[in-house]
Amino acid sequence: MTDTGPAPAPMASGRQGSATRTDGAGGVELRNVTKRFVTPTGAAMTAIRDVTLTVEPGQFCAVVGPTGCGKSTTLTLAAGLEMPSAGSVRVSGEPVTGITKGASFVFQSDALLPWKPVLDNVALGPMFRGMNKAEAKERARDWLRTVGLAGFEQHYPHQLSGGMRKRVSLAAALINEPSMLLMDEPFSALDVQTRAIMSNELLTLWDRQKPSVIFVTHDLEEAIGLADKVVVITAGPGTVKAEFEIDLPRPRGDVQSIRFNKRFLELYQQIWEALREEVDEAYARTSRTADRAQAAGGRV
Amino acid sequence: MSAEALSTGAGMAAASDEATLAAAARARVQKRKREVILGQVTVLFVIVAGWQVAALTGVIDPFFFGSPWGIVVRLYDWMLNGTAYGSFWLQIWVTLEESILGFIVGVVSGIICGVALGEIPYLADVFGPYIKIVNALPRIVLGSIFVMWLGLGLPSKVLLAAVLVFFVVFFNAFQGVRSVDRNLISNARILGASRLQVVRHVVFPSAMTWIIASLHVALGFSIIGAIVGEFLGSEKGLGLVIATAQNTFDANGVFGAMLVIGLLALSAEWVMAKLEKRLLAWQPKGNGDSTIQGL
Ligand SMILES: Nc1ncnc2c1ncn2[C@@H]1O[C@H](COP(=O)(O)OP(=O)(O)O)[C@@H](O)[C@H]1O
Ligand SMILES: [Mg+2]
Repeated sequence: MTDTGPAPAPMASGRQGSATRTDGAGGVELRNVTKRFVTPTGAAMTAIRDVTLTVEPGQFCAVVGPTGCGKSTTLTLAAGLEMPSAGSVRVSGEPVTGITKGASFVFQSDALLPWKPVLDNVALGPMFRGMNKAEAKERARDWLRTVGLAGFEQHYPHQLSGGMRKRVSLAAALINEPSMLLMDEPFSALDVQTRAIMSNELLTLWDRQKPSVIFVTHDLEEAIGLADKVVVITAGPGTVKAEFEIDLPRPRGDVQSIRFNKRFLELYQQIWEALREEVDEAYARTSRTADRAQAAGGRV
Repeated sequence: MSAEALSTGAGMAAASDEATLAAAARARVQKRKREVILGQVTVLFVIVAGWQVAALTGVIDPFFFGSPWGIVVRLYDWMLNGTAYGSFWLQIWVTLEESILGFIVGVVSGIICGVALGEIPYLADVFGPYIKIVNALPRIVLGSIFVMWLGLGLPSKVLLAAVLVFFVVFFNAFQGVRSVDRNLISNARILGASRLQVVRHVVFPSAMTWIIASLHVALGFSIIGAIVGEFLGSEKGLGLVIATAQNTFDANGVFGAMLVIGLLALSAEWVMAKLEKRLLAWQPKGNGDSTIQGL
């Protein structure tokens, strides 16, 4: 997929290469956000604690942190799927009270409807928003062409490879022209080569619409290669440990080769220092829990 | 040049090897199919012939156990001369009509209630215990009440069949709604779907696999409901044919009617399998072929 490909109708406004969106929409602002869940046993558990995080309109923000530290929870708060227990969540300057307007979500498991052909899946967004069916499908067709899947319109999701399904998910998310794109470990189920290809394509697509992005990943290389800013979250209950501006020039080009860039390696070193402690801490905690469980089991 | 010739030769050999292998595999499959059919026919023949011989030689009493030939004669007589309450075809049609109507009413109401309770937790919490209680009762007994209420005609049978079908479909629809992938719902909501759109485009189709799985059992129940209803009191239908045969110690008649009901159920199953295949065309192939279940 290249920029010389046919530009679909929804992307008429060519903001290519500009640092931020001109309309200023899509900025995310979490202020002192805490989220607690009530576990099935009735106990309250804190998923994230006192998180303050700002993503500028059009900024690409990657979030890394150990498993279970509350990364997905943060995304559901920004999407308006969950409400914070304390603190405030604002998107595009508006407080989030329900499903956030202008948001799109890409899940780790492709959230495609298995009983609908690819074309219908991509057409869902416009259709839900009241566009008539024929028009929605026409747009979906354009988007499938954009992500390099022309000719696969009538395939069912299970007939495609993991990478192709991911492209469909991207098209389905971007067809709504989101001002904020939330991605929860979107490429972690893909093999290494496919992941590199998808990363490049994501950057190309992002460059066209310039939504703000919160990209959750456990792969630090991926985070640095893609993002303007990398946020490290502490072991659960998560809070922001450190933020790192990624000053690598854009366009980044091939995410595979940027890894050998000197500045990339410096940044990697720095961020890994911060991340490692948290990963170690999370690991130590789970193994302590396991030990306790084992000890308890031994006594019985 | 010789190397080239050699390599193409090898290629051709490989290709023909492949072809013979494929042909051999096909032949093996065909052979196995023939063997299975042969085995099935043999089993049927042994049973029918054994039954007939045993009846002829007096090993079993044909008065109580009937005989294959006796059944054929009985069915032929019914088709030619009809029964005491109209032509045999009419009896079949009456039972079929009751079953189909009961099936439709039960399936539709089961789906509506199942989806509604699955979607609205408050309703589920309120009605949950009552539905469990009603489900624990032997519902077939309701047939007597329905005959008292609605008389000997078609409605009482339809209602009994519908009640039996309802619970099967209801529980599956409910479970289906409850087990919808949360991510699919979240994604649809973020894409802009209203609650109704979520139900229509995500929840219902997702529950459909569960519902369809219940339809096979439901189909059997609809026929059972109609027959039992006719047993309990009716003026027409295969259930009445059986009841009459029972009262006159006509074993061949009971078996004959049973055979006809079995054939009805099998054809209904066949239609159902076709329908299922259409509705679930989106599913990946595999998971074995579903075998037809008799009643
Ligand atoms: N709906 C929920 N109900 C109860 N606990 C939850 C819920 N969602 C997340 N949690 C808990 O919150 C913590 C953070 O989860 P999550 O945000 O998924 O972490 P991450 O995505 O960083 O791995 C976990 O311990 C998880 O068990
Ligand atoms: Mg997660």
